Amino acid sequence: MGGALTVARRELAGYFATPVAYVFIVIFLVMAGALTFTVGNFFARGQADLQPFFSFVPWLFLFLVPALTMRLWAEERRLGTIELLLTLPVAQWQAVVGKFLAAWAFCAIALALTFPLVVTVNALGRPDNGVIAAGYLGCLLVAGAFLAIGAAISALTKNQVIAFVLAVAACFLFTSAGSPVVTEFLSKRLPVLAEIARAVSVTERLSGFSRGVVQARDLVFFASLIGFFLFANTVAVDQRKAD
Amino acid sequence: MTALIEIERLTKRFGAFTAVDDVSFTVARGEVLGFLGPNGAGKSTTMRMLAGFMTPTAGTARICGQDVVDRPVAAKRQLGFLPEGAPTYPEMTVTGFLAFTGRARGYRGGELADRVAHAMALTQLEGVRLQPVETLSKGFKRRVGLAAALLHDPPVLVLDEPTDGLDPNQKHEVRNLIRAMAPEKAIVISTHILEEVAAICTRAVVIAKGRVVADETPAALAARGPSLDAVFRALTLGADPMPEAA
Repeated sequence: MGGALTVARRELAGYFATPVAYVFIVIFLVMAGALTFTVGNFFARGQADLQPFFSFVPWLFLFLVPALTMRLWAEERRLGTIELLLTLPVAQWQAVVGKFLAAWAFCAIALALTFPLVVTVNALGRPDNGVIAAGYLGCLLVAGAFLAIGAAISALTKNQVIAFVLAVAACFLFTSAGSPVVTEFLSKRLPVLAEIARAVSVTERLSGFSRGVVQARDLVFFASLIGFFLFANTVAVDQRKAD
Repeated sequence: MTALIEIERLTKRFGAFTAVDDVSFTVARGEVLGFLGPNGAGKSTTMRMLAGFMTPTAGTARICGQDVVDRPVAAKRQLGFLPEGAPTYPEMTVTGFLAFTGRARGYRGGELADRVAHAMALTQLEGVRLQPVETLSKGFKRRVGLAAALLHDPPVLVLDEPTDGLDPNQKHEVRNLIRAMAPEKAIVISTHILEEVAAICTRAVVIAKGRVVADETPAALAARGPSLDAVFRALTLGADPMPEAA
């Protein structure tokens, strides 16, 4: 695990050494705030909770997380540093996990910086802060799932644009699967698929968290989604590293 | 003499193209092996397999007895590797980059700082220690890569074109450094600068189209024709080394 943490530390420092971190965080915060207060009807709802915020987070992550992951492996290939990284005495899975942990920690920082929303809602009313904490946990797990998917796709291609577009498409599948448009369409024609779509939907899972319900099966869902894509990532790096 | 590097029937195919074809040799402690060949002959591919970056199609290599395919992490611990072009993370400072490679090798705290300082002293990098790597000249970048390869004082060094892009003074310094380390280590350097082979190598292996075509001392190699250049051309192009004698 020491190898993974060494890689994670370097990666995380790398985000802040370039404008990537600041652009990402600023855009995320502006969009999250704007959507929550305008489209989300934060004030007009008259309820002391962060439901509107939590419902927009997956849609923001849908575009922003692939922007983080598209360069994870593609950039190492372009610079040739992948040759350096993978000839250090660090196992390939440690490099994969290290990169993932750094990106995840970075998303956690971005989420933590939305704290003014929590302060606002506490100043205006008496929200259940346990429910808010559960909602944040859900958002973090959605970020983790999207990061794992995006990182695995990044390992498959040298081209950052392709990595970005494919990652957005893959994350979109997991986000939209639970939306009424998809489930209603499927339940009329193929009820079996509608059940599956609802089961793999991250928005469906997140709505549980944002109501304060932390269920073991949701945790297992995210853990296995992340685990599967990290495994796929390790296989992809091993197969494609020298291409 | 114990062989620290053992390469055994190493082969790498990319589709129908065979980049490295049944290459075998060993390098003992105290030897500096010059790995020669024209561009595209398979030098870098062989070194990448030796460093555990590429998986061989057939055959294997051992570093200090550790198989690079079966025990990659143990083999990499014994190895200092300078990849072709000396890639580094551009946004990191020299100290930051060396500390990262040191940490990846398990050093912490005071020992890490000592290792980084020692590697910078060997490669004369102290003057630029806090500069981001991307702001450095080509020669400095190469020395940063070299410092990372030397940081853990490995018994085996594999350096892909260590003097490429250096000015004559820097070349001289790197050669002196390699010569000074030679008695303790097994060193493989790839190059297409023939004078370098005569200057520092105790043995030369010439590779062409993925196959070993010569494996002898630089002096014996030079004695095959009027000059090392002519012998190299003859071996790699299949021409006669002494056209005027024919």
